[in-house]
Amino acid sequence: MDDIQQILQSMMREAVSPTTAAVALAVIGLNIHFGYTGLLNIGQSAFMLLGAYGFAIMVDQGHSMWLGILVGLLLAFVFALVLGVPTLKLRGDYLAIVTISAAEIVRYVGRSVGYEWLFKLTGGAQGIPGSHYRGPFSDLSFFPGGDTVLLEFNYHDVGGGSTVVRLVGWVVVIGLIWAAVRIGRGRMGPAAGGARAGILAGLIVLTLFGLFFLVPVGAQNTGVNGWWYTFVAWVLVALGLMIVLGLTRSPWGRALRGVREDEDAMRSLGKNVFAIKMQALVIGGLFGAVGGMMYVLPAAVQPDALGRNITFFCYTSLLLGGAATIWGPVLGSLIFWVGRIAIIGISNTYLSSDNYINIMNGQQTSQFAFIVIGVALMLLVIFRPQGILGDKRELRFNV
Amino acid sequence: MSEEEDPLLSRTSDPERGVVARGLAFIGLAMLVAPLLLLTSSGPSQAAGLCLPLNPETGAIGGTIGDRANPIADADVTLTKPDGTTDDETTGEDGKFCFNDTPPGDYSVSVDPDSLPKDFEIVPPPKALQGPDGGLKVTVKVTGQPTGATLTVRPKGFSNSTSNWDEFLQSAVSGIRLGLLLALASVGLSLIYGTTGLSNFAHAEQVTLGGMVGYGLINVAGLPLFVGGLLVVVICGFTGWFQDRVLWQPLRRRGLGLTQLMIVTIGLSLAMQYSFQFFAGADTKRVIVARATVRHFGPVTITDRSLVSMAISAVVLGLVGFALLRTRVGRATRAVSDNPALAQASGIDTDKVIRLVWTVAMGLAGLSGLLYALVVNGIKWDTGLQILLLLFAAVTLGGLGTAFGALLGSLVIGLVVELSPLVIPGDFKYAAALLILILLLLVRPQGLLGRAQRVG
Amino acid sequence: MSEPMATTTTTRGLGDPATRLALMSGVSPEPGASKPDSILTVDKIVRQFGGITAVDVDHLEVQRGIITALIGPNGAGKTTFFNLITGFDRPTSAGQGAHWTFDGSSLDRTSASRVAKSGMVRTFQLTKALSRMTVMDNMMLGAQNQAGENLAKSLFKPFWGAQEKEIEAKAVELLERFKLLDKRTDYAGSLSGGQRKLLEMARALMSDPKMIMLDEPMAGVNPALTQSLLGHVQSLRDEGMTVLFVEHDMHVVRHISDWVVVMAEGRLVAEGPADTVMSNQAVIDAYLGAHHDTDLGDDALLSDAAFEQIEKEVAEEDAEREEEQS
Repeated sequence: MDDIQQILQSMMREAVSPTTAAVALAVIGLNIHFGYTGLLNIGQSAFMLLGAYGFAIMVDQGHSMWLGILVGLLLAFVFALVLGVPTLKLRGDYLAIVTISAAEIVRYVGRSVGYEWLFKLTGGAQGIPGSHYRGPFSDLSFFPGGDTVLLEFNYHDVGGGSTVVRLVGWVVVIGLIWAAVRIGRGRMGPAAGGARAGILAGLIVLTLFGLFFLVPVGAQNTGVNGWWYTFVAWVLVALGLMIVLGLTRSPWGRALRGVREDEDAMRSLGKNVFAIKMQALVIGGLFGAVGGMMYVLPAAVQPDALGRNITFFCYTSLLLGGAATIWGPVLGSLIFWVGRIAIIGISNTYLSSDNYINIMNGQQTSQFAFIVIGVALMLLVIFRPQGILGDKRELRFNV
Repeated sequence: MSEEEDPLLSRTSDPERGVVARGLAFIGLAMLVAPLLLLTSSGPSQAAGLCLPLNPETGAIGGTIGDRANPIADADVTLTKPDGTTDDETTGEDGKFCFNDTPPGDYSVSVDPDSLPKDFEIVPPPKALQGPDGGLKVTVKVTGQPTGATLTVRPKGFSNSTSNWDEFLQSAVSGIRLGLLLALASVGLSLIYGTTGLSNFAHAEQVTLGGMVGYGLINVAGLPLFVGGLLVVVICGFTGWFQDRVLWQPLRRRGLGLTQLMIVTIGLSLAMQYSFQFFAGADTKRVIVARATVRHFGPVTITDRSLVSMAISAVVLGLVGFALLRTRVGRATRAVSDNPALAQASGIDTDKVIRLVWTVAMGLAGLSGLLYALVVNGIKWDTGLQILLLLFAAVTLGGLGTAFGALLGSLVIGLVVELSPLVIPGDFKYAAALLILILLLLVRPQGLLGRAQRVG
Repeated sequence: MSEPMATTTTTRGLGDPATRLALMSGVSPEPGASKPDSILTVDKIVRQFGGITAVDVDHLEVQRGIITALIGPNGAGKTTFFNLITGFDRPTSAGQGAHWTFDGSSLDRTSASRVAKSGMVRTFQLTKALSRMTVMDNMMLGAQNQAGENLAKSLFKPFWGAQEKEIEAKAVELLERFKLLDKRTDYAGSLSGGQRKLLEMARALMSDPKMIMLDEPMAGVNPALTQSLLGHVQSLRDEGMTVLFVEHDMHVVRHISDWVVVMAEGRLVAEGPADTVMSNQAVIDAYLGAHHDTDLGDDALLSDAAFEQIEKEVAEEDAEREEEQS
């Protein structure tokens, strides 16, 4: 049981980690591109990398953090324009090829050593260490110093932390999640309106409480990967969700879905399809840039870490949670990253130890996790393309 | 009118063939997994040994002769100490040397040229870093940690004052070499796109598979090169057949959209990449451990292996081209690639043609991977990551769906990649190729040889 | 600032058949004839695909406020012509004399969306109802100049809330008129073929166009619904809208069109009121294909027997029509 608790512990850490939130932001952006507008953008990692570089380089060279954020967003904005102007008039697969090529070019430029001045700014393949730009962000923290454990009151305090207590707790939490998903999909409870929002909010709060009760996590308040980073990251995600909610419920959001459905019909109704697609590309790219900045804050800016595979992970998360839904990106990212840790944890404990079976060593467990992810993506797309929260009727996949 | 046994005309499937197919599938799967299992029993890990000082009060000087892919063993390294005395060491299998008792001071490191392989010499260090005897000057400042000494090795006959023309020729030859290798893989990629509309993101991993299986059969299991090579092609071709049978054809029948299929290939690519890493480790694997012999043709320096690879590629491509132009099957393939609906309406069994395309495409990709591994002397789990975009660039440049376009596009991309370091820094060579692709798409989206159908 | 919800245009309504007849009687029945008040004028529209000329229209004027039918055998280039003048395709003669104007403004170099915005909307042969969106959403998309479609304003409801309500009211009114109101929350993909045609027509009307171009509106519609569709088209005209439609069904054409334009092999071969156009020799030839393999210079091939047969058929159709009208 302790093994399992340990795996759960690492899963919980990953779930609250700012990295997960950062990827969720990028996936929200990708959702606007692919989920709502049908743009096959396989270069989201470039938006993330540009946002990260813009921010890190500015701060590293001594400028203010806010200027850094602005520059990062600006880089993503320009990149979206540069990508979009030529390709939004072409067929979908061409957009895919161009975006993936452009993302690789950004990565190559970032890790190049050919030009001295460029290398001085970007640090080449080694990148920019987090300490060079983390400072101003940490300074903003209004959390008191020291450590906090979420939650202080946890399963240890009830019944001495016995297995029964924990099992009961898990049953309750799973029930809460199931209810939330069902109400979210409209299969249960009030269909819409304030009551539904209220119930969902209540369920989510209770679920969080339950999760932290069963798997308490302790960390520094303001350190690398401390609560401050987590707090800001998830607040950004919440803001992002609100923005997406507002956008999709507006006539602009309706126009997006129309463009995804049939561009010619939209043109015949007088809509400027090119402008709409470009706006979607820009907005999604800006989300990616913010995600990129958040991703590198606790770590370092390394071009190879924000390479093609990150885009693939974003797609997996998006499809898992449900494309063209509000909560899909967040749910998908959580399940993806936590799931990956779970697989690593389980294989480490049971498949690579002398206590049980020993068929792989420590390095191989994380590779194994990625193999599972690759296969899972295939199965997901084949058998359940709408993911968890998606509506099969509304899903339009063909570009 | 007698019924001709035309293998290309549509026939309803024979139930007996299902059983045979399943049996073959099982055998084939075993054939595929076996070489991969061989990889798990690879030789002793090449974990790098650190060169540490004898005790915390003294320093150490360490380095590698050659590089990780081509380490030079048995090279004699001489350390000249500040007091004039010398110390000698011979590099091991991994090309490393380590002098572990060097208190702070000025040292000089040099290598005995007679101890190097026939065709190689040490690059003289820049004047500013040269010691009194022409060796590398190394200043030890810290204790408790090693100080690195970098000595670069290059093939003999390299003259610093190569003329621009000579450099151009050398790069052009490398470019054609790369182009031919890319062409082997990209022809298949283009035909798959043409016949099924699918952009196969896992294609580069199929290339890596060829190299990996080659490593397993030739390096680990010790098969002779040509036998191993043939087996690589057969096994990889089989994976193509298997994929279409078990995955792509059923999915096509289910009516899965092209975007969904594309994402399936992305998942497959991920799974394959990490499978390679899982079974073979993260380091570079070599198919032939022995060093390649270098030949000189005027200003051009090239290894034996490159020549053979280029020859094999050219011959195979020639055969493929001939088949496409002159044989019935080839013409049927081109017909399906051009217009699947029309081809089907003309009585061509498109399913059979597609199956054939997958098989041959993967066989070619595997060959490409094996030759690539021979030419650059190593294959890694993420080799595919580097190649995939070059393949797409080549195919798109030439015209999606045309085999000859893919060939032309590959040569262009290969030349761009190898020639661009002459004008811009070397790290940008792949970026240059991709930029050319993007620019071309703006001007001529259908590629060089493609037809201007509705591309947008 | 919201637009008034008028569904009539500013031209005089031509609801009275006698007025229309009088109006068109002065027009000479020749291809490319000029009209008293032309809302759409096209010049030198040529479209070639490889070696084939699909469309070669020298001059065409469409009279404002009436129903004009565009007919012709299959492959005559009618839909291609539609695509060319609505901006969905570019003429080969673009920049070499191709010119068309709509309601006074030039449309030569405009895109499909700008054509729609200037008041000329079209429907499609294969209905483009946005299947995976609701009927209501389809209708809402039809309205133009929506403040809420501006990215910056979309996040703030006060900017577009009032307009949205107006658009919704208009959509409800149109849906009611086309008898689709109870389907408003259904997905457009779940409607029948005829209902989707009605939806497309209703959606096109959301923007208060000046001219509506229908590409084979009766294709695939059951006879009962055809009657209702015809009624809608006529009432549109009565309210002042100009209608141009492509159709194969001659009964429909004869029934509601005030003017007929005939295309064959990409060219205009005849124009005129419905009854006279049908008996035009060039039109008969176009449909029967007499040109294709006949050497018109060889009198021996134009036998009396063939002509007699054709005359007989035309007389029969005339008799039929007279019966209908009485």
